[in-house]
Amino acid sequence: MKLITAIVKPYRLDEVKTALQELGVHGLTVSEASGYGRQRGHTEVYRGAEYRVDLVPKVRIEVVVEDAVADDVIDAIVGAAQTGKIGDGKVWALPVETVVRVRTGERGPDAL
Amino acid sequence: MTLAAAHVDTGDTAWLLAATALVLLMTPGLALFYGGMVRTKSVLNMLMMSFVSIALVTVVWLAAGYSLAFGDDVFGGLIGGLGHSGMSGIGPGSVHGTVPTLLFATFQLTFAIITAALVSGAVADRTKFSAWLVFVPVWALVVYVPVTHWVWGPGGWIVDRLGALDFAGGMPVEITSGASGLALCLVLGPRLGFRKDAMRPHNLPMVILGAGLLWFGWFGFNAGSALGANGLAAAAFLNTLAAGCTGLLGWLFVEQRRDGHPTTLGAASGAVAGLVAITPSCGTVSLLGALVVGLAAGVVCSYAVSWKFRLNYDDSLDVVGVHLVGGIIGTLLIGLFAEKAMTGGAEGLFYGGGLVPLGRQLLAVAAVGAYAFGVTYGLGKLIDRALGFRASEEQEHTGLDLTVHAETAYDHGVLGHGAPVNHSLVAAQQAPTRKVESQA
Repeated sequence: MKLITAIVKPYRLDEVKTALQELGVHGLTVSEASGYGRQRGHTEVYRGAEYRVDLVPKVRIEVVVEDAVADDVIDAIVGAAQTGKIGDGKVWALPVETVVRVRTGERGPDAL
Repeated sequence: MTLAAAHVDTGDTAWLLAATALVLLMTPGLALFYGGMVRTKSVLNMLMMSFVSIALVTVVWLAAGYSLAFGDDVFGGLIGGLGHSGMSGIGPGSVHGTVPTLLFATFQLTFAIITAALVSGAVADRTKFSAWLVFVPVWALVVYVPVTHWVWGPGGWIVDRLGALDFAGGMPVEITSGASGLALCLVLGPRLGFRKDAMRPHNLPMVILGAGLLWFGWFGFNAGSALGANGLAAAAFLNTLAAGCTGLLGWLFVEQRRDGHPTTLGAASGAVAGLVAITPSCGTVSLLGALVVGLAAGVVCSYAVSWKFRLNYDDSLDVVGVHLVGGIIGTLLIGLFAEKAMTGGAEGLFYGGGLVPLGRQLLAVAAVGAYAFGVTYGLGKLIDRALGFRASEEQEHTGLDLTVHAETAYDHGVLGHGAPVNHSLVAAQQAPTRKVESQA
C-alpha cells in the first residue's frame, strides 16, 4: 500500500476530489496547510507598512491506496491540480506498513 | 456658552439628548475600530480598554470632573472650583444656555470618555489591565479636565482670555489624546517584536464597522457642540461630512501613488483623520475650508503614521499619527479659514483676519500638547513604578485575552491562538480545572 500526499492550491480541491472519485478512491483526508516553495509568499501593506507573508495557504490531501493503482492516483491528482503556473504544489508517495479499519478491526488492503 | 438665558428650549434640548447618545456610541465604535487592528490574541483586551473607560470616566466626572472643568474659575483660567462636586447644586431645573445643565454635563462627559479610550490605541497588546484601571480616572482628572476648563470652562484661558477657537474639541479631545498616547507609549516601550514581526490587523471588516460608527457618532460630537438645534449645528454637520470625505480621498490618493493599492484600512483611517481635523474647525470654517481641512489631514496623516517606524516609538494604532497630527492640522487651519459667518466675529488669515488668530491657535496648541504630554508622562512613570504598567512578557506572548481575561475572542484553534476547544466538555460539567494564570 502507498500513502499519497498532495499539497495543492485550495481552489483545485474539488477537481482533485472528482478525479479520485472517478478512479474509485473511496476516502481521503484533507487538511489546511501553509507553506512555500518556489512561489514564495506575497506582500501586504497596512497603513503604508509593508509586510512580507512567506507562507501561502494550501490544502494537503492524503489518501492510502493499493500499490497497483498508486501511479494512476498520482497522475489523476496531478492532472486535476495542474494550472501550469508557479505554486501548483507537490505530490509524493510513501510505503505504508499496515492499515486498520477502526470499526471492524480489518487489516491491510481490506481496510481501504 | 453663556448662562444668561434661564429657560430651556425644547428643540435644542431634544437635539442635544440625541447628540449625547450619538457621542456615547463613538466609544464602542472606537473599540471595534481599534479591536480590528490588533492581533487575535489581544482583541478582547483592546475592546475592554475602551469599554471600561465608559464606566471609569463617568464615575470621576460626576464626582469631581464636571465641577473642575465647568465650575466657576478659581485660579487664573486654569481650573474650575469644586462647588459642583457630586453634581451638587444641579437639579432638573438647572439651565445651561438653553438646555438643562444635567444634559450639558452628560454631553461633555461623553467627550471625556472617548478621549480616555483614544489613548489606549497607543499602548495596545501590552498594557497591564489593573494599571489601566488606575490610569484612566486619574488621567481624566489631571489631564483631560484642566485642558477642557482652559478651552471651554467659564473664564478658561485659551478661549475666554486668549481668544483662540476650538468648536468641538481639537485641543481637549484630539491633541490631548494624541500627546498623551505618545507619552504613554514611551513609558511602556514597544511591543515585543515591534518593527520585526508582522502585526497585521486581524479583522478589517471590524475596523470599517468601527469607523462607520465613529463617523455616525461624530455628527453628535460636532453638530451637538452647537448646543442647539440651529443653523450653526447644520453647518457643523455638513462640514463634518465633507471633511470625512476629503480625508478618505486624500489618504487613498497617497496610497495609490505610494503603495500602488487603495486599501480598506486606508479608507477608514483617512475618514477618521478628516473627522479629527474638522472637530475643532467644524463650527468656525466655511464649507470650502472644511474640504481643505479634511484633505490636508488625509494626506498628511497618511505619511505621519509611518514616523513611528523611523523614530522607533510604538504608537501601535497611530493615535499620534491620526489624532495628534490631525488635531493640530484642524486647530491651526482655523487661523487661516475662520469665517465671520460661522464664528460671529473672528476671521482667519484668508478672510482678512491677519496673522494674529493663527498665532493664538499656535500658542494654544503648543500649551495643550506640552501639558498633556508632560503630565501623562509623569503619571505613567508614577504608575509604572508603583504598580507596573506593562503586562509580563509571557502574558504578552500568549495574548492578554487568555492571560488577563481568561477568554478568547474566536472559537477556532488556528496555530495556537484560538480557544482551547477540547476543554469545553470539562468546563461544562465542572469548574475549570486548568487555572489560567491571572494578572497580579
